[in-house]
Amino acid sequence: MDILKFITAGSVDDGKSTLIGRLLYDSDSILADQLEALHTSNRKNDDGSIDLAILTDGLKAEREQGITIDVAYKYFQTDKRKFIIADTPGHIQYTRNMVTGASNANLAIILVDARKGVIEQTIRHSYLVSLLGIQQVVVCINKMDMVDYSEAIYETIVNDYKALAYKVGLKNVKYIPVSALKGDNIVHPSINMKWYDGISLLPFLESVELTVDDSTAHARFPVQWVVRPQTEELHDYRGYAGRVSSGSFKVNDKVTVLPSGFHSTIEKIEVLDAEPVEAFAGMSVTIHLKDEIDISRGDVLVNTGYLPEVSQLIEADLCWMDTRALDPSLTYFIQHNSKVTRCKIREILYKVNINTLEKEFNEDFKLNDIGRIIIKTAEPLAFDLYQNNKANGGAIIIDSRTNVTVGALMLRAVAED
Amino acid sequence: MSKHQLDYLDELEAEAIYILREVAGQFEKPALLFSGGKDSITLVRLAEKAFRPGKFPFPLVHIDTGHNFIETIEYRDKMINRIGEKLIIGHVQDSIDEGKVVEQKGKNASRNALQTVTLLDTIAKHGFDACIGGARRDEEKARAKERIFSVRDEFGQWDPKRQRPELWNIFNGKIHKGENVRVFPISNWTELDVWNYIRREKIELPSIYFAHEREVITRNGQLMAASPFLNMDAEDIIEKRNVRFRTVGDMTCTAAVESYAYRIDDIIDEISESKISERGARMDDKVSEAAMEDRKKGGYF
Repeated sequence: MDILKFITAGSVDDGKSTLIGRLLYDSDSILADQLEALHTSNRKNDDGSIDLAILTDGLKAEREQGITIDVAYKYFQTDKRKFIIADTPGHIQYTRNMVTGASNANLAIILVDARKGVIEQTIRHSYLVSLLGIQQVVVCINKMDMVDYSEAIYETIVNDYKALAYKVGLKNVKYIPVSALKGDNIVHPSINMKWYDGISLLPFLESVELTVDDSTAHARFPVQWVVRPQTEELHDYRGYAGRVSSGSFKVNDKVTVLPSGFHSTIEKIEVLDAEPVEAFAGMSVTIHLKDEIDISRGDVLVNTGYLPEVSQLIEADLCWMDTRALDPSLTYFIQHNSKVTRCKIREILYKVNINTLEKEFNEDFKLNDIGRIIIKTAEPLAFDLYQNNKANGGAIIIDSRTNVTVGALMLRAVAED
Repeated sequence: MSKHQLDYLDELEAEAIYILREVAGQFEKPALLFSGGKDSITLVRLAEKAFRPGKFPFPLVHIDTGHNFIETIEYRDKMINRIGEKLIIGHVQDSIDEGKVVEQKGKNASRNALQTVTLLDTIAKHGFDACIGGARRDEEKARAKERIFSVRDEFGQWDPKRQRPELWNIFNGKIHKGENVRVFPISNWTELDVWNYIRREKIELPSIYFAHEREVITRNGQLMAASPFLNMDAEDIIEKRNVRFRTVGDMTCTAAVESYAYRIDDIIDEISESKISERGARMDDKVSEAAMEDRKKGGYF
């Protein structure tokens, strides 16, 4: 059994809470105490049925009180798969939270209200999903019950969305007409939409193939910690501990250490009491090399035949996440994998109006702004282009005064000086 | 090309090990908060996977109320002996003796709430800048939004509004002096995941997690282990019942549940097959309060 991490994009009005509630309810994932609370609740739909939005309501109440505006995580599982939902608020002021949730998701559900069709908000959500490089997208055309389960309306919206998907660069898009309120095509096929012969949402989520960066060519291993017991019997023991971020490493593979550029060969791979011959993406292991090289935290082992970019001048997409605007005169920290160094924003190339996708050329970069910049780092970063390798193409910016994470970076290219 | 998709337990394990190593790499003086419960026992196993054959780059810290189950303390000492790591104990009794906290009085007196003061004092005394805890996001709604790296101010407070965005697998551990970070490597695990992992890894647990016969009294609808720490009077009738404990903490606040789950497989069946048996105990709000409070006071929150 594996894990699928997904986000839901859509405002409260689109039925996001109801959709999540319906998924949990119809898949029998609601705990007995919650179920009891649902049945005894005074809140009912107009037709007397249970208001499933209650399941996420406690969180909303907290938000309204201003306790938090953050991503909430929910867990459920079926016989086929485990699911982690990053429940991200849909409003524009929460763009940074959607970016946060999307950065770790394999899949995004985008909700479209069948009565409204593709609107400005849909553009924003789709753009963010594309920007963050989420591989799989499911567009749920919701509230089909309120448009008489009309196939024509569904088809119109699908066609409109296809144009949008092309514009923002989304490739794997699945369309499902649903009513979260009535339960049509969420877990069970709808009897109200006989014209739809496709899969329902949950069976789709259970069966959709997850993409893993399996190519050994992209082998990347950021070193987190050097294991050196320094005991008498393990005097010369020196293992490099970390997590394979993409691709895979085998014993006897030739590797290069970056940024130093030294070469060596993998002698041994260790996981506590075991010695696997191969470590692939996602695995936390300890690697031993045949040669004695100076390697420390922040360095990265890579496949010698397929090197990443190494540069101090990088073009990147930036999502600004702090209430204090970006200040190009300041020095910030940048954290890329386990490496932290100082950086400055050399140039703001443009900002993107994420409602219209138009480029803007004003200088200020405020909370929730997204755009393209050139960044100068104090030490070189060994990175891949985000569009080729998410795991080695993302970075964060930290304000050195407050220590807060203020920006998300998707590294796009080596910049010319 | 072979398809390398990690099984969910492997993925959760690899993520937790990654987080532990980030703690080691980013902080000067981390500590692992150890309560003797299944979650922190799981953390110890994960730390072995993260750092062996080297030493842990942090000590274990146990906040001892002085009212612990004897089985827990025995387990703790045996385990420390086996892994050969440093254990720091913060005694609630010391906080009482120093006049920093006042012992509760009355029938339902418990040292549970006093622990936080001892914990914060212990953190300050040793200058810990990161405390690893076993809290999970599936425990309750507020926890569902807590970050894996969770910054505390100098008063040990969690401010949801000050939470840092956590992007990809990048954890920002930068703090100001006096602040510390609570780190929750098993945030993404559910209760069932923990049990499945304990079974897979054949991790030994304190015996009180398994069904056994024990002298208990019924108080406020819950089964409490009869002990000298519990203020009992003539109304309290001691009876023998077959019970086990779902969470392990102080004897005065940890309630037992009736159970015949003698082996780990039985416990997993109990949890996974019947929502009522597992959550049924939670539906009883008295037990639920105790269970949750126990976790929080374990120093995780």
